[in-house]
Amino acid sequence: MELNQLTIHELHELITKREVSSTQIVQSVFKRIETVEKDIHSYVTLMKERAFAAAADADKRIREGDITPMTGIPVALKDVLCTKGIRTTCGSRILHNYIPPYDATVVEKLKAAGAVFTGKVNMDEFAMGSSTETSCFGITRNPWDLKRIPGGSSGGSAAAVAADECIASLGSDTGGSIRQPAALCGVVGMKPTYGRVSRFGLVAFASSLDQIGPFTKDVEDCAIMMNVIAGYDSRDSTSVPLDVPDYTAFLSRGIDGWTVGIPREYFIEGIDPEVMEAMKSTIAVIEGLGAKCVEISLPHTGYCLAVYYIIAPAEASSNLARYDGVKYGFRAGDGRDLLEMYKKTRSAGFGAEVKRRIMIGTYALSSGYYDAYYKKASQVRGLIKGDFEKAFTQCDVILTPTSPTPAFTIGEKMDDPLQMYLSDIFTISANLAGIPGISVPCGFTRRGLPIGAQFLAGHFEEGKLIQMASAYEKNANLEKRRPNL
Amino acid sequence: MKITRAEVEYVAHLARLEFSEDEKEKFTFQLNNILAYVDMLNQVDTTDIEPVSHAIALNNAFREDVVEDSLNPELSLANAPEARGPFFRVPKVIE
Repeated sequence: MELNQLTIHELHELITKREVSSTQIVQSVFKRIETVEKDIHSYVTLMKERAFAAAADADKRIREGDITPMTGIPVALKDVLCTKGIRTTCGSRILHNYIPPYDATVVEKLKAAGAVFTGKVNMDEFAMGSSTETSCFGITRNPWDLKRIPGGSSGGSAAAVAADECIASLGSDTGGSIRQPAALCGVVGMKPTYGRVSRFGLVAFASSLDQIGPFTKDVEDCAIMMNVIAGYDSRDSTSVPLDVPDYTAFLSRGIDGWTVGIPREYFIEGIDPEVMEAMKSTIAVIEGLGAKCVEISLPHTGYCLAVYYIIAPAEASSNLARYDGVKYGFRAGDGRDLLEMYKKTRSAGFGAEVKRRIMIGTYALSSGYYDAYYKKASQVRGLIKGDFEKAFTQCDVILTPTSPTPAFTIGEKMDDPLQMYLSDIFTISANLAGIPGISVPCGFTRRGLPIGAQFLAGHFEEGKLIQMASAYEKNANLEKRRPNL
Repeated sequence: MKITRAEVEYVAHLARLEFSEDEKEKFTFQLNNILAYVDMLNQVDTTDIEPVSHAIALNNAFREDVVEDSLNPELSLANAPEARGPFFRVPKVIE
């Protein structure tokens, strides 16, 4: 085994025993990047020099005995997270040259814990997409099959972890952008409760839905990352001032006596038969651990996608109004006047999917249509949230497939926005209700593509998700595989 | 048709975007498909249902009124496409 293939907790053990240094780990990661990056293209910006400097610094701290579970561990950051002095693009031409003057809170926290940043990873432009095909820096490929997409929008974060081009990474999830690529790339991805992790320094897409979360190689690493990034931040007024538990304490508690809800509305026509098969095996493993699986109902499930495709674009159209060619980013050659400059800048700076969503959002919020679209969607959102509140009186966690299909081929859904949107059909509800969700690997298709299972829990119940996912992971006896690169 | 080509042009103006004739055609078609899809929301009875704008509603998230550091003018202007002195420079606004 190479060092870059290990998990955070395995490396941490080697570090504390002084058997390896952070510098050796970082060397191993960059050697891997040099070998496979041309095929995968996870990264938009590499931070090699800074990474080695940070590793040397971590090694000094390690010698002094100042060690946290993240000290010296190489982590990749989705290019939607602001990094002081390092270009942050959101995969968009309009921010291609933007250099933030500050770090996002999650970046600060990881830095303080001693993590080493390897670089910024690729994403759909402004996190709008499910395939990482809309980045202005080109596509990212799925490490399990280079003809396929890695999922999105955090496709770079997922592919980099799956291909061992980093040990863990951060992404953001507005409608499934952590969980769906985690499932499609065979890694663990968690979207925390809305308000659990500070969004300060996360470039906004849809502010009432966005959350930052980790991509890791196993559930224990997910708990370790959550311990670092969770918590209240006075700079994000929507972050919630609640105590954060030690998530690693949930790892080996088991799930004996738990009730797991299986929502009938999520087991619908259109699910790939191999995904369905994997779900059945997952249920069998869970029941073998002493949990009871019961059918539940989330009656408004069928409306989630429609609600999302009003609310997310509405918030996006407002958030993206700031890109005007004045304060930062790209400006198109001087227009005759300010209005013309705005229009030329935004039309040349944004890609097609971003413009499509700005148009839907602007229309839905425009005079005369607000009640019919935005207000109506917000009301149905209330009903969806109510569905979950009711469900969690009947069960501890809910189990669903993360995505209806395994990774699809590059280009397959680019010309049909609605088909693309449908790949998030099982993940969107958690964002609308604000609840946490985790995707864990639960098998492979016969072609060797990863499949993910999603667990959902009530607000601020990330601990339950870790407890459930960890029990499943330890007992599923899934074949240990690595992508063949 | 939920949205006409003329409406697409009007919304584009509101959003400060401009499109070629081909793009207008394509967007009118795609937006109509999406709006036809979201029409399903009209099947839901939402009488007396409160709209939810945030899943975890916090009211009045105040902080202490303490002076803190903020970005200095140089850093604030460092990413500007065009700056002059302590100002952002833009094309003329007033004739």
